[in-house]
Amino acid sequence: MAFLAGDVYPCRSPMNVATVRRPLFLLVLVALSILPFVIQQTLGNAWLRTLDTAMLYIMLALGLNIVIGYAGLLDLGYIAFYAVGAYTYALLNSPQLLPLLSGTGYEGLLHTPIWIVLPLAAFLAGLFGMLLGAPTLKLRGDYLAIVTLGFGEIIRLLLRNLTRPVNITNGPIGINQIAPASFAGHRITSPVHLGSIELSSLHQYYFLFLVLVLCVILVSARLQDSRIGRAWIAIREDEIAAQAMGINTRNVKLMAFAMGASFGGVSGALFASYQGFVSPESFILMESVMVLAMVVLGGMGNIPGVILGAILISLTPEVLRDIVNPLQDRFLGERIVAPDDLRMLVFAMALILVMLLRPEGLWPSRRRKAEFHEADPVVTPGTRAGQHD
Amino acid sequence: MTEALLEIRGINKRFGGLHALNDVSLSIRRGEIYGLIGPNGAGKTTLFNVLTGLYQPDEGSFTFNGIDLFRKKPHVVVASGIARTFQNIRLFHNMTALENVMVGRHARAKAGILGAVLRSRRTQHEEAAIKQRAAQLLDYVGISHRADDIAKHLSYGDQRRLEIARALATDPILLALDEPAAGMNSTETESLKRLMQTIRDSGITILLIEHDVKLMMGLCDRIAVLDYGRKIAEGVPETIRTDPKVIEAYLGVAES
Repeated sequence: MAFLAGDVYPCRSPMNVATVRRPLFLLVLVALSILPFVIQQTLGNAWLRTLDTAMLYIMLALGLNIVIGYAGLLDLGYIAFYAVGAYTYALLNSPQLLPLLSGTGYEGLLHTPIWIVLPLAAFLAGLFGMLLGAPTLKLRGDYLAIVTLGFGEIIRLLLRNLTRPVNITNGPIGINQIAPASFAGHRITSPVHLGSIELSSLHQYYFLFLVLVLCVILVSARLQDSRIGRAWIAIREDEIAAQAMGINTRNVKLMAFAMGASFGGVSGALFASYQGFVSPESFILMESVMVLAMVVLGGMGNIPGVILGAILISLTPEVLRDIVNPLQDRFLGERIVAPDDLRMLVFAMALILVMLLRPEGLWPSRRRKAEFHEADPVVTPGTRAGQHD
Repeated sequence: MTEALLEIRGINKRFGGLHALNDVSLSIRRGEIYGLIGPNGAGKTTLFNVLTGLYQPDEGSFTFNGIDLFRKKPHVVVASGIARTFQNIRLFHNMTALENVMVGRHARAKAGILGAVLRSRRTQHEEAAIKQRAAQLLDYVGISHRADDIAKHLSYGDQRRLEIARALATDPILLALDEPAAGMNSTETESLKRLMQTIRDSGITILLIEHDVKLMMGLCDRIAVLDYGRKIAEGVPETIRTDPKVIEAYLGVAES
């Protein structure tokens, strides 16, 4: 993902960057287009599925990166926005609401095309983001974390219990029979033949997700180098000073919440389409923690870092499955540990190691590196203590 | 008499039982350097925070450049043309010097999320203008060679200068400086003094808190003295120097 670096670091010589960037970008694009076929041929469909899921996580992690990495607002309930997006898609593309709508003439709503659902999911999730942001504007750090954690749980419980007086979410059972995304009459689940190449549903989802991941990366990168992006970072650095520079901290924070949440909403809608089924159990606290771990492990505030974190963490279970079982079969003759049980152990150790050795993350931004590795500002002795007003 | 740029009347600010500002009135004229002095704890910084919107006063009135700024939020105050620096430097420590000043342009720019994402022609122009202005200001305060350095790596004196550049980036009419010379040696203080005079000569009014009385006497057009939250004197430096109330506040009463 080296082509991103140009967007992330302020370019000193635009001419050079532009001439290097374009061929590099095309090269990466070609590689990304071949990738699913290579993976399928060498590692099989299970890995292709993991790759698809990884892309959903990349979108989530980049969304959370706006809230935490840029604006510095610790959000532990981020998965709620994923849920909002997922249920938006599910309700608009399944028979769940049919009893409610039959005979009203609005049954057509239950086949809302994805190009309408995606912006709608982004919008609704953004709205929920502001809903969370508004009452927590004065909170910081631990206090904000607790409130956002509660918010995430509230959304999950709401989805579990929104069955009376009218059954909207179908409670803990969740929503089934969600129609996959379709484009101009073509269902993404039916195979496409391009000459001798067959594009399975997994391939098609891969390309759909790829397009959206690229959009999300572009939006993230452009926001970072903009007036609003600078305001977010300024708030994270020093909120009082940011106010004194004329930044309306209330609005700018709300924008961060809304923007981050909307990425989560898009990812959620894609998840519902891809999975064909949603239930509240997909949106537990542990998921929020996972996305947070991706951002922290990869490098808060740095787009390539966050992508790296999302890929590493979402691939780990798959890698473990492929390594642990064969190893056990070979050396022990029986399977003693389930790979899923090892997953948390591995995560915990990885996080502890990263926090000890590279607290700024695996691939940090220059700013973040400075924060962790260089001394704080030197204030001449006497100015702070001696001459207070 | 020149026109008053900033006028406060009967400002009161209490923190619980502490009456930090007691019925303070003052007016600052356009184009002057107005000094604020007083012993530790007199309420100078509190008054600063009231004037820049960080504190909301309990009573009084506050007009600036014909606009009512009583109990207005800091971003409104900045937009109206008051910029400030902080007593204990508050830079965005992990941003570069240039980025710090670019943040200062926030209030004078418009681009929102949509403009940034679509990178419209207007946004691009605005962004280029922000960068150019920021670079100019770094040059103006004399630290353009540090533009790409992380703010906290700058020397103490350069950090003070960067804070002034950042404040100037908001296009202020009134620049409020909270102890800009604190911790500086005499050479640094001297060049800071010249910088302040240059800024004033460019048409910006300056409000200054400073402990260095010698600096204040040589620099300010008028000075107000605060003690225990009250304004005890106001006038040109010569009268302040000989005012018995001021001497008493600083040195105590002579026993007779």
